[in-house]
Amino acid sequence: MGIFDRHRQLLESYRMMRATGEDPLTVTMDRVLSPTEAIINGRKTLLVGTNNYFGLTFDPVCVEAAIEATRDEGTGTTGSRIANGNYAQHAALEAELAEFYGMKHCMVTTTGYQANLGIISTLVGDGDYLVIDADSHASIYDACKQTQATIIRFKHNDPASLEARLRRLKDEPGNKVVVVEGIYSMLGDTAPLKPFVEITKRYGGYIVVDEAHSLGALGEHGRGLVEQVGVLDQVDFVVGTFSKTLGSIGGFCVSNHDGFEVLRIATRAYMFTASLPPSIIASVRAALKIVRRDGAKLRTRLWDNVATLYDGLAAAGFQLGPEHGPVVAVVMPDQMTTVGVWRALLEAGVYVNVAVPPATPGGLCLLRCSLSSAHSRGQLKHVVEVLTGIGRQFGLLPAERVRAVAGG
Amino acid sequence: MRSAHKFKVYDFTDTLVADSGLPAREEVVAEIVQRLEPFRVESRPILGSTVITKDLNIDSLAVMDMVMELEDRFDISIPLNDVAEIHTVDELADAVLRKVEGR
Repeated sequence: MGIFDRHRQLLESYRMMRATGEDPLTVTMDRVLSPTEAIINGRKTLLVGTNNYFGLTFDPVCVEAAIEATRDEGTGTTGSRIANGNYAQHAALEAELAEFYGMKHCMVTTTGYQANLGIISTLVGDGDYLVIDADSHASIYDACKQTQATIIRFKHNDPASLEARLRRLKDEPGNKVVVVEGIYSMLGDTAPLKPFVEITKRYGGYIVVDEAHSLGALGEHGRGLVEQVGVLDQVDFVVGTFSKTLGSIGGFCVSNHDGFEVLRIATRAYMFTASLPPSIIASVRAALKIVRRDGAKLRTRLWDNVATLYDGLAAAGFQLGPEHGPVVAVVMPDQMTTVGVWRALLEAGVYVNVAVPPATPGGLCLLRCSLSSAHSRGQLKHVVEVLTGIGRQFGLLPAERVRAVAGG
Repeated sequence: MRSAHKFKVYDFTDTLVADSGLPAREEVVAEIVQRLEPFRVESRPILGSTVITKDLNIDSLAVMDMVMELEDRFDISIPLNDVAEIHTVDELADAVLRKVEGR
């Protein structure tokens, strides 16, 4: 057996995808112009798939902070937090995040992926139980592979399914750690977090909430779903990322549990990788300040944009994810059509994401759009118009301009 | 380390499942086969020796989902750790029966 033979099936499905022309996995932005526009294939293209929820990647204050930090402290730390890359700025960002959430402790990691991978796998060990939502992100599944704990899945967003599993485990010794996400990245649906927290606590478990897609977007102060549903003081750990709303890269975990700091000398994904460069820390600190100062305004604009795109596509007759969210997923019938429509959109100057199995729940094929406060209503109306036209060409929508009476 | 979970005895004496009697092996196999039916390749019947991910048109995610259904059907816990070591229908039935007996 050749060294790459075990990936043959994956390669087959990738080849099928590429056979249709432009390759969704290697499309290149030749030049990024703004949070909402880039040059792709020599064409000015509208970006509707970059998770840039508040459009802060080009915020002048964040940009200046990054430049200044690079001048002051250099391009990189060339070391890990525990060995030789621990700067005052790292600790300052951790203090600011802890304060933002009203928690005692915060640990920053080099990516959001590493925050989940490292922290979730370190919270549990042999004899413990990780109880995860079936549709968890790859970083959570990978954490499961890095621990000796027993892994139990429950049905996506189903409190009864979680309860049944915790009930079966109730007489088992060992900690039970439940892992859920605020907003799920593929369909953009939110977790029923209140019942999840109630059930977890009733069975004496701990709960980790990944707010990667909900930081900024949800909650009165942008603290995510935990704030929106009023359980911030009851959840044990909140994990998040800097690579979406905060416009950069990195991850974090906040908690009120005494003893949290031991994770710094136990979490391998924190210990054995270089820490974030000064420029990143500086821009994230600036972005967090903006979230705290202007969050309400940016959030209103984001959700207005969500409504424009979601309601526009629903009215056109597209089948969408279950609820309004910064991620709007358009359900396609199969992989070939998904890539075909994606490519037609790109040729028409609109960039979205292709999401196909095994990255998607329930074997769904999706065109995944993500919204930004930086989008204008006009831009999104344009997307609805273009996608509706392409949908008709592909026979996904009725050819005639009949009003969708059935509502999808 | 993983195998440690395999033989763990679960006590579910107070479970809410209506039929407290242990299911027969045939019943467990039938429940599995019924759930695998949609993934059958052409007319080849699904047997105890059928290798689930190789002989059927099913991906690992769908296998995990089926295991989740079996957990609820028999009110047992089948950890993901064990699923990696289950290849055939018979092995899956054995895993279910082991958990049911420990219930």
